[in-house]
Amino acid sequence: MRFVGEGIRRREDPALITGRSRFIADLSHECDAVAFVRSPVAAGHIRGVEAPDDARVFTAAHLGDMGSVVPMLHRPDYVPVAQPLLATDQVKYVGEPVAMVVADSRHSAEDLAEQVFLDIEPVDEVSSASAALVDGAPRVHHGTDSNVVVSGNIDTGDVDRAFRSAAQVIGIEVTSGRQSAMPLEARGAVAIKDAASERITLYASTQMPHVLRTIVADLLRIPESDLHVIAPSVGGAFGQKMALPTEYALVVWLARRLGQSVCWIEDRRENFTSSFHARDHQYRLEAAFDGEARLIAVDADLVANVGAYSCYPVTWGVEPLMAAAELPGPYDFQSYRVRARGVTTNTCPMSPYRGVSRPVLTLAMERLMDTAAERFGIDPIEIRRRNLITSFPYRSATGVVYDEGSYIQSLERAAEVIDMEAFRRTQEEARKQGRYPGVGFSVFSERTGYGTPTFAQRSMEVTPGYETVDMIMDPSGNVEVRIGASPHGQGLVTSLSQLVADELGVHPETVQVVHGDTDRTPYGWGTFASRSMVISGGASHLAAGKLRDSIVEIAGDILEAAPVDIVLTDGKAVVRGTDKGVSIPEVARVAHHQSHRLKPGRDPGLRAVATYDPAGTFSNACHVAVVEVDIETGGVRLERFVVVEDAGLLINPVIVDGQIAGGVAQGIANALFEEIIYDESGNILTTSLLDYLPPTMSEIPRIEIHHLETITDASITGAKGLGEGGAIGAPAAVINAVSDALRPLGVGITEIPATPSRVRDWIRIALEGAA
Amino acid sequence: MTALRDITLLVNGQEYAVRVEPRKTLADTIREDCRLTGTHLGCEHGVCGACTILVDGSPVRSCLLFAVQCEGVEIETVEGLASDGVLHPLQEAFWEHHGLQCGFCTPGFLMLAKGALEEDPGLTGESLKEVLSSNLCRCTGYQNILAAVEAAAVRMRR
Ligand code: FES
Ligand code: FES
Repeated sequence: MRFVGEGIRRREDPALITGRSRFIADLSHECDAVAFVRSPVAAGHIRGVEAPDDARVFTAAHLGDMGSVVPMLHRPDYVPVAQPLLATDQVKYVGEPVAMVVADSRHSAEDLAEQVFLDIEPVDEVSSASAALVDGAPRVHHGTDSNVVVSGNIDTGDVDRAFRSAAQVIGIEVTSGRQSAMPLEARGAVAIKDAASERITLYASTQMPHVLRTIVADLLRIPESDLHVIAPSVGGAFGQKMALPTEYALVVWLARRLGQSVCWIEDRRENFTSSFHARDHQYRLEAAFDGEARLIAVDADLVANVGAYSCYPVTWGVEPLMAAAELPGPYDFQSYRVRARGVTTNTCPMSPYRGVSRPVLTLAMERLMDTAAERFGIDPIEIRRRNLITSFPYRSATGVVYDEGSYIQSLERAAEVIDMEAFRRTQEEARKQGRYPGVGFSVFSERTGYGTPTFAQRSMEVTPGYETVDMIMDPSGNVEVRIGASPHGQGLVTSLSQLVADELGVHPETVQVVHGDTDRTPYGWGTFASRSMVISGGASHLAAGKLRDSIVEIAGDILEAAPVDIVLTDGKAVVRGTDKGVSIPEVARVAHHQSHRLKPGRDPGLRAVATYDPAGTFSNACHVAVVEVDIETGGVRLERFVVVEDAGLLINPVIVDGQIAGGVAQGIANALFEEIIYDESGNILTTSLLDYLPPTMSEIPRIEIHHLETITDASITGAKGLGEGGAIGAPAAVINAVSDALRPLGVGITEIPATPSRVRDWIRIALEGAA
Repeated sequence: MTALRDITLLVNGQEYAVRVEPRKTLADTIREDCRLTGTHLGCEHGVCGACTILVDGSPVRSCLLFAVQCEGVEIETVEGLASDGVLHPLQEAFWEHHGLQCGFCTPGFLMLAKGALEEDPGLTGESLKEVLSSNLCRCTGYQNILAAVEAAAVRMRR
C-alpha cells in the first residue's frame, strides 16, 4: 500500500485536541517571570531609568559586553545597523525594550514594571516611509546619509526604447498597509538552567531553533554546545517567529546571571507593538504594451518601510530586494527597470510574513493586467492568456529561472469553474437592481523550496538553504527521522512519515519525525519560505533510499539472497517472486543485536544521513474571487473563492488544502481588514484585537480548491511546496473583484486594506468627480 | 497585591483547593494553579476565544472571569472532553476534518462548540456559523472547523 497521496489523519492531532500539547506558556511554571519596560515614544534620548529600590531591574548598563545584533547583507547598498538588546541611550520606536524586571510571577513582574519610570527626552521622529524620504527628514540612525538603508536596482537597459515603441502606457499605484502576522499564540521563551551541567535549555516559540541557538550563543559569547534550544508546540508563526526577538537572548542572559529559570510570555499588546510587522509597501509601475496588448516593459519604483531595525537573520533587505527580483511574476516581458528602496522609520522592526513581498507585487501586476484589459477592451482572461509565460524553463528579465508550471492551464481551468459568461449575465442583472457584484482573477508564481544556491545570490552573512536528515531504524524496527526543519502547524510530521513509509515499505505509524530540538536533530534552517516539504522532504527521500539499501542488504544476508532480488513491502523484506521473507523489525534486530550474522565488512545498526540543497522550484496558481460590494456601508462580501493550484505532487492532499485555505484567509484579511496604524507622531494605535481585525468564520467563504499536478525535476520528490501561495494570490483576486464591482462608479483602487470606510471614501470621491 | 483567598474550584468533576489573589483570572488559575494548560490565552482581553471553557454548561471567556467568582459552579475544560480515553465526537471530528493546524485555538473552539450544541443540538447553517464566529483561528481559514462541528453535531444528535 502506498501512503503518499492519501489524506490520512494527522499524527500531530491527538495531543492538540485533548489539551496535552505543551506550548511555551505551558512550560513557564516554576520560573521567575520577566516583564519588559518599553519605550512610550517613537524617538528620544534616554536620560534615566528610575526603579523601586528592591526590584530586580536591569537595563543596557547591566548587560556589559554582551553584543548587539548586527544583521548583515554583503551589498554595497546595504546599511548595517547595530540593534542593542535593550535600548542604550536612544529609543527608536514605541515598544522598544528599555529595561526588564524580574519577579516571581508574571503578575508581580508587570506590577513592578509599571513602577519603573523612563525619563526620555523625545526627539523628532519619522513614522512613515514617505515622511522618512522627504529631504531633511530626521534620521532614524545617526551617521547615515539618508533613511534609505537598502536598495536594489535592476535595469535591462532597453526600457526607454520599449516605452517609445509602446501602443499603450499604463501607470499603476498600489499601497499595502502594514500588517501583523499575528499568530494566535504570541511569542515566548523559557530558559531553564541545569544545576549540574550549568547548561541552559531555552524553550522558545520559534520557527528556527538551530539558528536561534547560534545567534544567542554568539551574543552571550558562549559555545553553542552550552545551549540547548527546544521549540515546543508553536501556536502559529507565519514568519513572525523566524526573526530573532532580542527578548529571547535576554531571557537566557538573565537565567545565567540569576542562576535560575526565567520566562517571558509575550502578551497580545506587546505582540502588536513590539513583535515584528510586515508589508507596508508603496509601488509605482509604468508599463508599456504593444498593439496586441502584450506587455513589453515595466518601469517600477518600490518603497518598503522596513521599520527601526534590521531583523536577524534575513535582514531588512528581504522585502524590497525580493520585490525587485520577483515583480515580473508569471508574465513574459524582458525589458525591466526597477528601483527598490528599504526605508527605515521609527516604527516596529519588520520580518517576513507569509508571502513576503509577493502579495503586494502580485496585487500590482494583477491590477496592471485588469487595467490594461479595460484599456484594450478585452477581457481579463484574454489579457493574461496573451502575457503569461508558456515555455519552460523560462528566464525572467531579472534572471530568475522558472521550472515547468501550468500558468495558462490554471487560468483556463479557473475561468471554466467560474463560468464567466454566466457571471457577466448575473452581474448585469444585479447592476440593474442597484447591486454591485464583481469578479477578480489573480495568477501568480510562488517560488518555493529554495536552498543555498538561491539564497547565496542575496549575499546574506547567514545564508540558509540546505536541510539534513538523520534517519535511524532502532532495534524494534521503528524509524526515527530527525530533521532540521521545525514545523508548527504544517503537518510535516504526518507528510514526512507518509513519504518515508513508502520508501521503506512500512506503515507511517512506525515512523517518528523528531524536530524542534537542537540536541536531537541535525543543524538546519527551520520552517519558512514554503521549504520544508521540498527540502526536508527531499533529504528524507534521499536518506530513506540509503536506509532502504542497508535494510535490503542485511535482509539479503539473512535470507541468503541477492539484494537486487529483495523488495520491501508491508513491513517485510521479501525475495521477489517467492514467499521467502523476513519482517523488517527482525532485520533491525539482527542489524543491531546479531551483527555477527552480517556479511563481513557491513556496519552494524541501521542509520542513514542525507542532505538536500536544491535551487528551488515554482508552484503556481490562479485565484478567483467573486464579491458583492454594498455601496452604502462600503462592506465587501465574498460570495465565492476559487483556487486552481499546482504544487506538483501532493503528499497529503488534505493537509495541502488546509495550507491553501489558511493562506487565502490571511490574504483576504490583507485585502479587506487588517492594518497596523501609527499616528503622525509614531504612536501605534492598533494594540488590541478590538483595533486590529482578523477575519472570523463569517468573513471567510468556502474556498473551492482544484489541483493541477505538474511534475518537476527541480524537486526530487516532485512536491513543489505551497505554504505561502494562498496569502500571495488572494489580495489581488479580491481587489480586482472589488474594482470590477465598482467599475460602473469609476472607482480605481490603489490601497489595501479596502476597509468599509476606504471603500465609501472612494465611492464618494468618484461620484463627486463625476458630478 | 491584595490578600490571598482560599477557594475551591470544581473543574472536570474534580475539586481543586487553590489560594489566589482576587484579581487572578479564572484562565490563569486553571492554567497555573490547577495545572490544566489545555486552556490557552491568545489575547487576555476577551476577543480571540482561545480561553473558552464551559461554566455550568455555557461557553465563557475564562480570561474575563475572576477565579473568586467561580466557586460553586461547574467548570469544564478541554481536558475533560474525552472520557476514559474515548474522544468526544467533536474531537474525533476535528481530527477527521483537519479542523486544526497549529492547534492553539482548538481547545477554545471545541468548548465553544460543545456548549453551543448542547444548548441547541439542532444548530446548523448560518446560526452555527455565527456562534463559531465568536472565536479566532489564524491557521485554518475556518472551513474545516465548520465542517468538523457540523459532522460532530450529526453524531451528537444520534
Ligand atoms: S484569551 Fe480570552 S478571549 Fe482571548
Ligand atoms: S489552528 Fe492555529 S490558530 Fe487555529
